[in-house]
Amino acid sequence: MNNRKLGLGVIALSVLAIIGMGVLWAVYGWMPAQKANLAPVIDGPFYFVKWASAALTLGVVLAMLYLMVKYTRKSETQRSEVVIPNTIMETAWIVLPTILVLVVFTWGFKAYVTSNVAPPGAYEIYVKGKKWLWEFTYPNGVVTNELTVPANRPVKLIMTSDDVLHSFYIPEFRVKHDVIPNRYTSVWFESGQPTATAAQLETPGYDFVQVFCTEYCGTAHSAMGTRLNVLMQRDFDTWLASVETPSEASVDYGEKLYSQKACITCHSVDGSGKVGPTFKGIYGRQQQMTDGSVVESDEDYLYQSIVNPGGQVVAGYQNQMPVIALDEVQIQSLIMWMKTVE
Amino acid sequence: MSTATAAPAILPKGHEPTHNYLKEPKGIKSWLTTVDHKRIGIMYLFTVTGFFLIGGILALLVRLELIAPGETIMDQDTYNQIFTLHGVVMVFLFIIPSIPASLGNFLLPIMVGAKDVAFPRLNLASFYIYLAGALLAVAGIVFGGVDTGWTFYTPYSLETSAGVLWMTMAVFVAGFSSILTGINFIVTIHKMRAPGLTWNRLPLMIWGLYATSIVQVLATPVIGITMLLLFFERVMGIGIFDPALGGDPVLFQHFFWFYSHPAVYIMILPAFGVISELVTTFSRQNIYGYKPIALSSVAIAFLGFLVWGHHMFVSGQSEVSSIVFSLITYLIGIPSGIKVFNWVATMYKGSVWLRTPMLYALAFLFLFTIGGVTGIMLGVLAVDIHLHDTYYVVAHFHYVMMGGTVIAFIGGVHYWWPKMFGKMYNQLWSTIGAALVFVGFNITFFPQFILGSQGMPRRYHDYSQLANGEPVRQDIIDLFTQLHFMSTVGSWVLALGLFVAFFTLLASLRKGAPLAEGNPWGAATLDWTATTSPPDPHNFHHTPIVTRGPYDYHLLDELYGDGGDSGDGSKLGDGSAAPVVVTPSKDSEV
Repeated sequence: MNNRKLGLGVIALSVLAIIGMGVLWAVYGWMPAQKANLAPVIDGPFYFVKWASAALTLGVVLAMLYLMVKYTRKSETQRSEVVIPNTIMETAWIVLPTILVLVVFTWGFKAYVTSNVAPPGAYEIYVKGKKWLWEFTYPNGVVTNELTVPANRPVKLIMTSDDVLHSFYIPEFRVKHDVIPNRYTSVWFESGQPTATAAQLETPGYDFVQVFCTEYCGTAHSAMGTRLNVLMQRDFDTWLASVETPSEASVDYGEKLYSQKACITCHSVDGSGKVGPTFKGIYGRQQQMTDGSVVESDEDYLYQSIVNPGGQVVAGYQNQMPVIALDEVQIQSLIMWMKTVE
Repeated sequence: MSTATAAPAILPKGHEPTHNYLKEPKGIKSWLTTVDHKRIGIMYLFTVTGFFLIGGILALLVRLELIAPGETIMDQDTYNQIFTLHGVVMVFLFIIPSIPASLGNFLLPIMVGAKDVAFPRLNLASFYIYLAGALLAVAGIVFGGVDTGWTFYTPYSLETSAGVLWMTMAVFVAGFSSILTGINFIVTIHKMRAPGLTWNRLPLMIWGLYATSIVQVLATPVIGITMLLLFFERVMGIGIFDPALGGDPVLFQHFFWFYSHPAVYIMILPAFGVISELVTTFSRQNIYGYKPIALSSVAIAFLGFLVWGHHMFVSGQSEVSSIVFSLITYLIGIPSGIKVFNWVATMYKGSVWLRTPMLYALAFLFLFTIGGVTGIMLGVLAVDIHLHDTYYVVAHFHYVMMGGTVIAFIGGVHYWWPKMFGKMYNQLWSTIGAALVFVGFNITFFPQFILGSQGMPRRYHDYSQLANGEPVRQDIIDLFTQLHFMSTVGSWVLALGLFVAFFTLLASLRKGAPLAEGNPWGAATLDWTATTSPPDPHNFHHTPIVTRGPYDYHLLDELYGDGGDSGDGSKLGDGSAAPVVVTPSKDSEV
């Protein structure tokens, strides 16, 4: 393993690494699709810094490889020349990067200001983060768990949390903000083209914009994502007017709510214990509570557990469940459906 | 590599290779109660390496879980505990003490020409305090586990399992170890330098450790207080961070990052020191710009206290704060950039010798540059909104912490291994190890940049399920799956490389393995020129007198086969044969 062979090895590995990175870069790209009108404003500095970074890294690596080869040791007693650092060069590589980063800072700062301040008259939706679901409340009082917004119109989300920190993140909109208990924070965006029509929302498999939670919030943090649907204004109005609770409770509606309200994240229907007890055979089951008492889970217990989840917790489980926004018909439907899960 | 069975060169008269700190005094008890900085350094070295191993295994488990969408090998709660432990073990028990406490303890007194650190007993105490902290961490795992992430963000950390209490105490206690080491180093550097060793002649490793120590002493109390507040809040219900009690959860983040951002420099500054030593020795060239490198470390140490808010751009802190923190973040990027340019330029007109430590130094330059420029990306306010808490951040800090600090640590261990143990490892296998680490590292972490910019959030057990039980959009699952698969495969290559490097080093300790020469790399600092390998229990036979800079290779005549005085008191006793320090150039045998 002499110096020359090792030098060739270093060059080979460096070239391999650069090619590998280049291939990944070309195949997978970087930013996701731009689905909000302000996304290009954020992507501008991103792509600039990306190319500048690539050039700088390549420059450093090439200089390193060049010097390594050029000044490779030829004999063990080889003396190196005394080098007096060149002041101009030293100054240059202090001043030039400084200018570069100040440009980048200014660009990022301007884009931040642009993207941070919601225009007046934005359509406001209240958002509540809970372990582990989102609740969206529209101006007419409708509550949903998927976010549906009108296209090409500024939308402002006013957000708070019921329990711990969450973070509301829409990658394709370049929007993110922490959601904090006891405090309102907000984000705004203006979505681009519609992703679906009102009719499509009724059928499975429609296209949507992905929403994630990005502040670690416990067990099911990674299962707190939801859909964002963008509808044309007219479709949106139709949809908003049509979202209403059925006037009568039903088992089918209860089953729908089981997934819609994210009960599914913590309560299984196959008998396996998750964050909460399974719903399989829950009706009429005798269960020991954390306080030692044994309670039959009848309608009353199920009702109380939904409206006041921390009241009587089944032994072996933590008091984790948030109060979910449900009206009487919805609670009744859920209980009716739970009675059928065996 | 030469088999190097010849007597070590530059060996003060009367010294035998067997007369060394490893063997005298003998017995386990003499080790456990030692106040010798070298032995304490070695004990730290093996302990932190043990934690690196544990943290590494946890990392492999995390990667394995993410290889495919859905639950792969563990459930959500287990995963959350595993990634938390990976973070806590790697940050608090491995990387913070890694270079300063192991290499630093071993080298600092030798490099400044002192017999020991200023407070040897305090030094031993700090080792046991560190062990006590580690024990508390283990207790936290046994009593309930911890699933908060290494950041312990409130209010989640106030309501999850009680293991958090143990873990916060572990961090509190381990912090004292860090503070005591810092004080010890600062005093040693100020008061115990050998005659002639002026500040401008300090090896850059010492400058790195000095800057680190300042940060350790000033920043660590803040994490201690924060952990104590968290503890009090949980145990006594005093409202500090919990909004339910009138506290402010964002305040915790300010406190936490006020320590943890400077802690990033506790991790990287000693690595800068190591790289400065490696690049100069193996280029046989004076560092290009001694003062810029030395002073930029100090500049980083101070500016490091003013940028914590860049972890909180989306936390709800005021926009004005975010803007100010973004600006200062850029200012701190510049000194790091200067260092990289200077290291590369050090090879100019040098005599570059590619041995394993230099291979790690070159890998460092490659990986740390990527870590640095992606840090600039994260400092762009508007862009950070998108990238915050995604895998882009994960990839960035692994490039800096692992590609930077850990690579420098491993390179440093390879460099000082012959000094510490008097044995030379197998050059071929250690080269293979270095190559595998470099390749594996890039396969593991480069895809994570793309994952993050495509929107993959960090701390995710799974990337395929929505809250309502239905799948995440299919094209997103497909993209994430491919990149995660690559990353996981990379983690195996990386692990293999680390094991090869680790066992190559260990194998050199066996009986009959080749002995190292006194100064096998032809280095110019006191640790190599004025002590034996391994060093005497008291380091020096007589106090060295320093008459030149740490990298004045043009004055180091003994390197070039024409004998003479190196000028630091290591003048050869008999003055007879010219000590040829450097191994033969036709060293193709392994």
